[in-house]
Amino acid sequence: MKSRKIQLIIVLSLLSSFALCQDLASFEKKITKKKLANGLTVIICERPEAPVFSFYTHVDAGSVQDPKGATGLAHMFEHMAFKGTDKIGTRDYADEKVALQKVEVAYAAFIHERDKRVDRDDEKVKQLEKAWHDAIAEADKYSAPYTNEFGRIVESEGGEGMNAYTDDDETAYHYSFPENRLELWAYLESERFLHPVMRQFYKERDVVIEERRMSVDSNPIGRLLEQFTATSFAAHPYHRPTLGWISDLNTFSASDADAFFHRYYIPSNMVVAVVGDVKAAEAMPIIEKYFGRIPSRDKPDEAATAEPPQNSERRVVLHELAQPLYLEGYHRPDYRSPDDAVYDAIEDLMSNGRTSRLYRSLVRDKQIAAQSAGFSGLPGNKYPHLFAFYAFPVPGHTPQEMATAIHAEIDRLKKEDISDAELKMIKTRAKADLIRGLDSNSGLAQALGINEARYGDWRELFRSVDRIEKVSKADIRRVANQTFVEGNRTVGIIENVSGPPEPPTPPQGGAQ
Amino acid sequence: MKRSVISRTLLFIFLTLFFGGHVLLWSQAATWEQVPIPKLPEFKPQQPKRIEFPNGMVVFLQEDHELPLIDGTARIRGGSVEVPATKVGLIDVYGEVWRTGGTKTMNGDQMDDFLEERAAKVETNGGMDSTSIGWSCLKEDFDDVFKMFVDLLQNPEFRADKIDIAKKGLYTGISRRNDNPQQIAGRQAAILAYGANNPYAREAEYATVAAVTRDDLVNWHHTYVHPNNIILGVVGDFDSAMMEARLRQVFGNWQKGPAVKKPEFPPNPAKPGYYLVDKSDVNQSNIIMIGLGTTRRDPDYFAISVFNEAFGGGFSSRMFSDIRSTKGLAYAVGGGIGTGWDHKGMLRLMMGTKSQTTAASIQALDDEIAELKVKPISDEEIKRAKDSILNSFIFNFDTPEKVLQEKMAYEFYGYPLDFLETYQKKIEQVTKEDVARVAAKYMRPEQMPVLVVGNAKELDKALSTFGPVTNVDITIPPPPKGVTPEPGEQD
Repeated sequence: MKSRKIQLIIVLSLLSSFALCQDLASFEKKITKKKLANGLTVIICERPEAPVFSFYTHVDAGSVQDPKGATGLAHMFEHMAFKGTDKIGTRDYADEKVALQKVEVAYAAFIHERDKRVDRDDEKVKQLEKAWHDAIAEADKYSAPYTNEFGRIVESEGGEGMNAYTDDDETAYHYSFPENRLELWAYLESERFLHPVMRQFYKERDVVIEERRMSVDSNPIGRLLEQFTATSFAAHPYHRPTLGWISDLNTFSASDADAFFHRYYIPSNMVVAVVGDVKAAEAMPIIEKYFGRIPSRDKPDEAATAEPPQNSERRVVLHELAQPLYLEGYHRPDYRSPDDAVYDAIEDLMSNGRTSRLYRSLVRDKQIAAQSAGFSGLPGNKYPHLFAFYAFPVPGHTPQEMATAIHAEIDRLKKEDISDAELKMIKTRAKADLIRGLDSNSGLAQALGINEARYGDWRELFRSVDRIEKVSKADIRRVANQTFVEGNRTVGIIENVSGPPEPPTPPQGGAQ
Repeated sequence: MKRSVISRTLLFIFLTLFFGGHVLLWSQAATWEQVPIPKLPEFKPQQPKRIEFPNGMVVFLQEDHELPLIDGTARIRGGSVEVPATKVGLIDVYGEVWRTGGTKTMNGDQMDDFLEERAAKVETNGGMDSTSIGWSCLKEDFDDVFKMFVDLLQNPEFRADKIDIAKKGLYTGISRRNDNPQQIAGRQAAILAYGANNPYAREAEYATVAAVTRDDLVNWHHTYVHPNNIILGVVGDFDSAMMEARLRQVFGNWQKGPAVKKPEFPPNPAKPGYYLVDKSDVNQSNIIMIGLGTTRRDPDYFAISVFNEAFGGGFSSRMFSDIRSTKGLAYAVGGGIGTGWDHKGMLRLMMGTKSQTTAASIQALDDEIAELKVKPISDEEIKRAKDSILNSFIFNFDTPEKVLQEKMAYEFYGYPLDFLETYQKKIEQVTKEDVARVAAKYMRPEQMPVLVVGNAKELDKALSTFGPVTNVDITIPPPPKGVTPEPGEQD
């Protein structure tokens, strides 16, 4: 029930061909947006279907903003945002603060000696490491009895789906609550970004390193994606993994995370969207009361090194015990490009369901792949990124066969107009997908939050359908011809080897 | 690529309801305890209408007029556990080709084109104890799409070319099943819990998939797809009286078939000890301690729910706080006593840790279990667990679709339809003694096999220092001659 009322308006107008402006007009009655005095944008969408609400806090900083030598820091801070505040998760913050400062001093001394190239004193490294661990043990005395206090409060108060994510482009936090916890949520979520405390930082860093081992080091597709992305981007920060390189993970400090927080977690860089059984007239003053406390600061510089044009094909080939996989990517402009919707149309045509061209060619007709698709957004889409194609070969078929078959489909895109029926299908599906994608408070909160952050206007969520509506057959050929060329391509392959692989060389730099 | 603070795969479901004695304050709260929590308004979710036709078909109708959409799903008794051992994979082929193979009058590709033009779906699926067929469409397309649904339900063709495609997909899956260590761990844990030949654990092999014929699919359909084996749920923008009349007209005269009696498959758990899957291309061990749980019919279910929440589910559980946050040994960690609808669930305590802390982590898991005796789950932990379950209870029924799905599940497994309503009261009644009792009853380390999927040469200590070790061979049996090329073989 919760998602339906609002969607009714969208569906009626989008699918029964009312003008889009009418649809937006009706939708606007449900949505209240306010920019607080400190620069924070708040969006409230009223959906009184069940007494619950969801929120989505969007921070316009992801791993692209990781400082030099500290890859993985944005993601690390995300983990730290669950560690409590000066009031949550401590026995005595005044004393804990002093103890945590001592940890930082001890850690800096340890790292300084550990990373010396000349005249490193190994005995001293050991002593300094011990001093650092001792300082941690001292600081933990204040927090140990309250470990995960923040999560405990959210869970025991009925929070559902508490989690967060960091990607290259952004960091976001979300969960749902029964509606009577709105003020509690406003308190908890604002405190978290007013007074986060970097407690138990180095243990959590170990946790993050385990996350890296799970999703990259011990996962063949993870290993391929990391190498593939690092190869596709030479200059732009997209070449760095969100989880961070191991030596950076073994080096950055709680002070680094705190500095990252102060630089990027500022009201003008954040959007908070709340969707559910809330009344804007009552909820906005509550949200303003709590979130308004976050001090305003200057929005950070948004410059990032631009990726220069790629002028020759690049290749990454992993020899693995795992089964083969073919992946290729082509540079494309960012999401603000006037051709963004053309890429969306190509993605849908090539990848969506059993009518898609890649399914019909590689899976149904040639029967060489179990699955194949093409998609935008690798590794993000805020900056110029990749449109990638992949295929999982059926046993006995090679990555090279995947490449040949995918290229045949790309050539068709370049040389022949797509059919009227295909173009119509793409446009119909875009409308339906929008509606079905909004089928929950949490889904709508995320969609409104991201669109507000990316365009400065949540309405762009609905205008995306409008942009697809304008895509022509000629656009698709033009964009395919511009983008899908050999010199603009990076190829990533997993080749299966029968024997065991060479033992991996342990990464250098940083304590293990 | 998104990285989350906790692994979704290990997330347990936490659930709501709590009228706290908080003082109403209008000023800004200084601590979280001062924040006023008003009473949650009473919420009575709309219940679907249940109808049983004389031929035994059960229908649930859930009106929801907010969107001009109508969706339906028919769940049909009989699934992969009932397939003979020589044909494991039959239900996977069936679940795909039922749809892709089309009907007598329209092939699957034509159906694809017809439906995609309308952004509508008709899909089929195969599962362990049931198969399903469903649709999703705009109200205005209902007649066309529903007709197609009925045709596919009653007249599937299982065309041979689509059987080939489905089998190739399954062969691909088999060839890749040792690529991901967590997938290996999940599979081997089920084998240790239920026994390699138990239908709840066994895997499709090249040979068993190759043995599936079109006749098998046709016979399966004739054996199981009868109105008295079907529960149909419809949700969306329709009038129940009109929908009921329509369904009666279409299905009312459908002949009843023989009833399906689901056999029991008693588990044959492995002996306690250490089971090692050696994988040379990983630097992290997946560790699972394994046992058997029970069913939700068991009166223990409620105490188990509270125990699981306190011990291995969520941010504030013992496992998460001790093993992850305090010791920094794992990113993915959690577990609990599993409860199945109609068969015993698995008990699993799981974690992933670097090769060099594998033995230390097994010790940490042992310690967690041992501590349950020394320091039983406390009143405070129980209150926290109950609060978490009860305060989030509303998320079980905050959409009409969820209410419908709950009722269909109760109907399917023969549970009282008000199971969820009584659940809340029974959770409230759980005592500290109940929790200690189920902990002692199910957490029996001396009986538990311990599985490690990891890089043997990197481990901090040989597993043999803990006890007897069985090396588990996960080599994939090669396909029979002429079935499919060797996995990994290059042309």
